[in-house]
Amino acid sequence: MARYRLFLLILPAAIVFTAFFLLPLAQLFVIGAGGKDGIAAYAAIVTDRNYRASLVATVLLSGGVTLATLIISGIAGVFLTRNRFPFRPAVTAMLTFPLAFPGVVIGFMVIMLAGRQGLVGDVTQWVFGDKLVFAYSMAGLFMGYVYFSIPRTILTVMASAEKLDPKLEEAARSLGASPLRVVWDVIIPGLMPAFVAAGAICFATAMGAFGTAFTLATRINVLPMVIYTEFTDQANIAMAAALSFILGAITWLVLAVARTAAGSSVAAAG
Amino acid sequence: MRKRGGLFWFQLGFTLLIVSFLIVPVILSMLAGLTVNYQSGLESGLTFRWVAAVWEGYRQTIFLSIGLALASLAATLVLGVPAAYVLARARGGWARAIEELLVMPVAVPGLATALALIVAYGTWGGFRTSWTFILVGHVLFTLPFMVRSVLAVMHAIDLKTLEEGAASLGASFGQRFFQVILPNCRSGILAGALMVVTLSMGEFNMTWLLHTPLTKTLPVGLADAYASLRLEIGSAYTLVFFVMIVPLLVAIQWAAREPRARRTERA
Amino acid sequence: MGGARTQGAPDGTRMSGSDSDALRPVSVRLERCGKTFADGTKALEPLDLEIAAGETAVFLGPSGCGKTTTLRLIAGLEMPDPGGRVLFDGVDVTALPVEKRNVGLVFQSYALFPNMDVRGNVAYGLRVRGMAKPEREKRVDEMLAMMRIEALAHRRIDQLSGGQRQRVALARALAVRPRALLLDEPLTALDAKLRDALRVEIDALLRRLGITAIYVTHDQAEAMALGDRIVVMEHGRVAQAGTPREIYQAPATRFVAEFIGTMNRLAGRAEAGRFVTAAGAIPWPEAPAGAREILFRPEAVRLSADGETPHLAGAVISAFFMGDHTRLFVAAGEGAPLVVEAAARRHFARGDRVGLVVDPAGLLTLKDSA
Repeated sequence: MARYRLFLLILPAAIVFTAFFLLPLAQLFVIGAGGKDGIAAYAAIVTDRNYRASLVATVLLSGGVTLATLIISGIAGVFLTRNRFPFRPAVTAMLTFPLAFPGVVIGFMVIMLAGRQGLVGDVTQWVFGDKLVFAYSMAGLFMGYVYFSIPRTILTVMASAEKLDPKLEEAARSLGASPLRVVWDVIIPGLMPAFVAAGAICFATAMGAFGTAFTLATRINVLPMVIYTEFTDQANIAMAAALSFILGAITWLVLAVARTAAGSSVAAAG
Repeated sequence: MRKRGGLFWFQLGFTLLIVSFLIVPVILSMLAGLTVNYQSGLESGLTFRWVAAVWEGYRQTIFLSIGLALASLAATLVLGVPAAYVLARARGGWARAIEELLVMPVAVPGLATALALIVAYGTWGGFRTSWTFILVGHVLFTLPFMVRSVLAVMHAIDLKTLEEGAASLGASFGQRFFQVILPNCRSGILAGALMVVTLSMGEFNMTWLLHTPLTKTLPVGLADAYASLRLEIGSAYTLVFFVMIVPLLVAIQWAAREPRARRTERA
Repeated sequence: MGGARTQGAPDGTRMSGSDSDALRPVSVRLERCGKTFADGTKALEPLDLEIAAGETAVFLGPSGCGKTTTLRLIAGLEMPDPGGRVLFDGVDVTALPVEKRNVGLVFQSYALFPNMDVRGNVAYGLRVRGMAKPEREKRVDEMLAMMRIEALAHRRIDQLSGGQRQRVALARALAVRPRALLLDEPLTALDAKLRDALRVEIDALLRRLGITAIYVTHDQAEAMALGDRIVVMEHGRVAQAGTPREIYQAPATRFVAEFIGTMNRLAGRAEAGRFVTAAGAIPWPEAPAGAREILFRPEAVRLSADGETPHLAGAVISAFFMGDHTRLFVAAGEGAPLVVEAAARRHFARGDRVGLVVDPAGLLTLKDSA
């Protein structure tokens, strides 16, 4: 195979990618260090109390979302792989459906559920006489992130559950394991690579998500919102650059580590 | 059929609960977009008034989003398919490294990519204010999906031997590429294309920072409407978005199925 | 060496067409063709080889011996290391890429184009050559008829069985009237029964067409059946090249002796017209002086008849009833057990004492053991 031909074929993509991604990212790094704090801006995310608080909040939120999503997708995914019943394809389709909803729309979905005119409010009003509204808070954000994480994880979990050999479970049961033990000793270990892969995507996506928080409330203290505020309201471009560079490094690192750990290719986050 | 125990019904119930968590708000918002007054409920009557208002005020965003999606598709086809071919054919570590680099715009939050683009090219007036500025962001973000999708098919079909077979019959590189390689990657190109169009239509994280008042996309318009207009108009706008994106999502699910199953269906 | 087959087609199925594009088999010569891959692995030591026009040469050897690399060098899919040359009919084609060499290639994995039906695949080479449609259609029909796959003409590739796919692959490769046909383990992916049937068919086809054919396989039975000449390869080198008979009866090296067929081995020493081993002595008038080891095929040894003096004494280790005969593993002297074929009707048990008679005409020594 002529090497020059391969080189020519990848050249256009390489040029576009270098010009519009690698070089700008490098420039972002330089600008991040060019503010009044200099290179120390890159440490601000841990040294500055406010930034650190929002980093901790974002990590906790993303971790919680990842855990919740994996539990939900694990139960529903294994169930859908193992059982055949009417409308099963439709149920699977609906679970993967919101895959490409943008964050803003998901924020709006949370408003429809838990906003001032939302379903939860109406139901609680009717049952308890008290309107429950939590869309415009961390809880609402949590709900929104779980909403967009489910479609991203369920397919990975189902593909992995499909490959689980049912004979392993039969063997465990024949050795006297209770159904719960089978789940713990056979199913969860079998799904672990999928959990790691899908969990990393969940986590990285939640860390960097912006649209949902933007729709729900600008006051929610997660890192992407902080970056956005620094950039627009404070016009502190250097700090915004430093913070977003760090955020990008974190998400990229999480995905890279997961990919190494899971062995297989971790599909990219969307 | 096996007798179904309590576990089955518990799991079914749980799964259906999750389905309704995902689907109920979609239905609610669609209804809200067609209801005269959502607060007072469906009794207030159904109307297309809100949809018409959206069309009046925001149709430019719809056209821009469609245009951006198609332009992204064209760009990812031209850049991504040859790149996937190279990654499939090249041996050794540098191909892996390039693949790793190419997917970075997906791993890195859109906000960071957008900021990087702004600091690098924000001062290029004509470029900054044109829709091509957004296009660049969308291409960066969607390119990995095209490359991955095509690459997956190329890995599955033993591209090298097919190409050697064609070459042994006298086919030049151009003939091999267009008569053998591309036709056999159709399923991957189709899946990638649907993904690119869908993701471009829905992209917000980057676009929000890249847009200007004259280059508002549909999701940007949505964010505007959610923030400043009444719930019914936001809902009607969302409805318009669903009408555009749902056929694409259905097509993606259709394309993701076994090509064989698809063909039998058609036959 | 190696009788090239008489050219032309004795039966009526010869390929029609004007003389100018009729099959003109070429001779193939490799000169100092070595191959080192980019990662430094040396797949092939510099090699000289001549394949006569119309001859069927089989490259035989275990995986990694360099046989496929040699085929790919001839095809133009790989370039030899600097200094190596590939010549067709004496003309240097080293610089010609595969698409310009006009060779037919048949792969183990068929490499049929899934986006085309059977007809489309067979027609493809003619299409890229710009052959006019009427002529092309006619040629495709001939090819389909020759491979007896007319009924499959409009099938999709994934609707074909393995055997059918390989017929299509042959038809596709031959449709362009290649100067040589190169087959890379074409039968390996098929099951045993089909493999035998298709092997007979390929043999008949090659004979009929009189084409220069190079056939790569790791299956010695295939090599014996198809080859005018067998080139046994080992570790990127030619271990021996010769007719199937030469390779079988007079292996040049221990590797060839043991790779092809079953070979018995006994250690001992030659003395005064016999070869003396720990299990007895074999009369051998022409025993070369200084021989320390002899080799012989199972067919050169039999059980001694009643009253006959055996050459060797041994004990049965195991016996396998094969239907038409019984295969015995007999411990005689030191070293690996001897393989002996006995009549099917007799029963053997482990430990049975047996006497063996060896035909001196079947005894071999190797240079490296002499």
